[in-house]
Amino acid sequence: MLNFVSRRVFFALVTLLVVSAVVFAIFSLLPFDPAALTCGQHCTDQIIAANRIKLGFDKPLYIQYFLFLGGIFLGRSYGTGSAAFTCPAPSFGYSYNENACVTDLLREALPVTVSLALGALIIWLIVGVSLGIIAARFKNKWPDRVGSVFVLLGTSLPTFVTGLALLIWVTIKWKLVPLSLIGYTPITENPYKFFQFFILPWITLAIAYAALYTRFTRAAVLETLGEDYIRTARAKGVKERTVLFKHTMRAVFAPIITLAGLDFAGLIGGAIITETIFNLPGLGRLTLRSTYEFDLPIVLSTTILAAAVVIIMNLVIDMLYAVLDPRVRI
Amino acid sequence: MAELLKISDLHVAFPTDDGLVRAVDGVSLTLNEGETVAIVGESGSGKTVSGLSVMGLHKKGAAQLSGSIVLKDGDRNIDIVTATDEEIRLLRGRAVAMIFQDPMSSLHPYYRVGNQLAEGYLVHNPGKKKEARQRAIEMLDLVGISEPAQRADEYPHQFSGGMRQRVMIAMALMNSPRILIADEPTTALDVTVQAQILILLASLQKEFNMGILLITHDLGVVAQVADRVSVMYGGRIVEQGSADDVFYKPKAPYTLGLLKSVPRISTHGSDRLKAIPGQPPSLINLPTGCAFAPRCEFASHAAGDICATNRPELLGTNPNHLSRCHVDEAVRDKLFVKELKEVRS
Repeated sequence: MLNFVSRRVFFALVTLLVVSAVVFAIFSLLPFDPAALTCGQHCTDQIIAANRIKLGFDKPLYIQYFLFLGGIFLGRSYGTGSAAFTCPAPSFGYSYNENACVTDLLREALPVTVSLALGALIIWLIVGVSLGIIAARFKNKWPDRVGSVFVLLGTSLPTFVTGLALLIWVTIKWKLVPLSLIGYTPITENPYKFFQFFILPWITLAIAYAALYTRFTRAAVLETLGEDYIRTARAKGVKERTVLFKHTMRAVFAPIITLAGLDFAGLIGGAIITETIFNLPGLGRLTLRSTYEFDLPIVLSTTILAAAVVIIMNLVIDMLYAVLDPRVRI
Repeated sequence: MAELLKISDLHVAFPTDDGLVRAVDGVSLTLNEGETVAIVGESGSGKTVSGLSVMGLHKKGAAQLSGSIVLKDGDRNIDIVTATDEEIRLLRGRAVAMIFQDPMSSLHPYYRVGNQLAEGYLVHNPGKKKEARQRAIEMLDLVGISEPAQRADEYPHQFSGGMRQRVMIAMALMNSPRILIADEPTTALDVTVQAQILILLASLQKEFNMGILLITHDLGVVAQVADRVSVMYGGRIVEQGSADDVFYKPKAPYTLGLLKSVPRISTHGSDRLKAIPGQPPSLINLPTGCAFAPRCEFASHAAGDICATNRPELLGTNPNHLSRCHVDEAVRDKLFVKELKEVRS
């Protein structure tokens, strides 16, 4: 187990190094001058030259990359004298558009995205798995048909349609949820406002994913119900309810966990459309905006973060599997 | 000998998009305590479907059953065909138990073996967890698994195929059922392990005074353990009698074909395997006459083309040895004895 984890952590670090180098190279090779982006309309060549030195863009590319890596562990200082400032470790660089340390920007955006993804995950797991079980249990009967209509709608409606529809009807026409311009409130501060803020984005994301999970669960349950060991359980005289909820769901559980872990990791990388529609100050919106503005330090950091989450979730799922499935030993 | 099970004129049909599949078509047989009755036939002959019918394990709505399957449960007689789902569920694992062909896939991979055994006991004795565990260990010991207390805490993948089939047998016997249905219990096992399992079943049968309904295509197994045999073809029983009678004086041409097709280590060189020519009939479109007629080499001995037009009845001069054939029984006896001699010389 320890051997497995340490080996995986090592490869995770190598992967992250490669990802960061590739993103760094792509953005550095783009034909524009990052120093020129640092000042606004009243720009002079002197300011650009000074900023170039201050932010380290005058150095060779590989030195810039090592400075970036070094900053993650040691923090990083920019400029000299009274104008000097520091982004403490872990520093992911300095955003010249936002005039802020990237780490601080991430620290603000990450809780929003995690709240969005986690809430949606809980909703879609409950709805998707339940509907999947019901559809399988009543295969080819009316609940199954209602389920397939939901699956069809959920998978074919893009989030920008469901999201906007929810906004227009639920918020503007029916006024069930106030149009939230107050911004993000942490759950620890005001749970009610937190839920009000997130309920529509959650539902928007959950609809799309719940449809997929309904289909997946239905198929997995039906496949498992055909297994020999389910027939054995019935032959023992086990109640049909126990056959479904204990024997069958125990086997269906593991693949659902895998899927949920990967989907969750994907969302942390940024639910760009949903965050944009509902104006959520999360990672997705941050990434999108900094891509438009060629804000390399932010794009680099969010990309590395997204990759790290995917890698970590994979590791967690593999370890969970060893717990869930007695045949798997790591 | 008390009668444990009486199947009368059982029909099982499955509606499909292509038509009605008549998997079992008028099967009657009885099983007494302490007795082993074998159902023999090739794939698709209806033998497994018959076994599952006794367990009431067909999907609701998917199978159409008629006739009767009367099971003895203590002093009561219950007809599986007309009983409610809940009545049947309470019989399963307690009055009648079943072991299946593939022990590799018949145990739940995620649960400990001991818990899977105990569950079978708990279903019929709710709340008695300690007893269930005790009973599980006892049964594992009884079927020849060493260190049963430790093994009970292991998972199925930690057992070999033969050991898993022993576990399946232990599981089936958790509630000391009077009837055991063994569906190809040795087919998936090595030959050496097959013999061990058969010996184990025979000794347990004595201990529990069980009636065993053995479903198999393996004539070697039948010869070793069966008291009586029913040979099935195309969903019907084509020959029924004591094991000795069926083996040494077969009366149905299909039985003869089966016996002839058993591979032997021949003393005179490289005889080709004597397979029955042709294919088993489609259960959707059974021939109007004898189902075996298109493959039968003796059809010419019957009057006219009666084999192609009329279905033969299950008859015999000896009421304990019946067969379905239009050819005169005396004629068959003569022909078959000669054929068997040739093969078995």
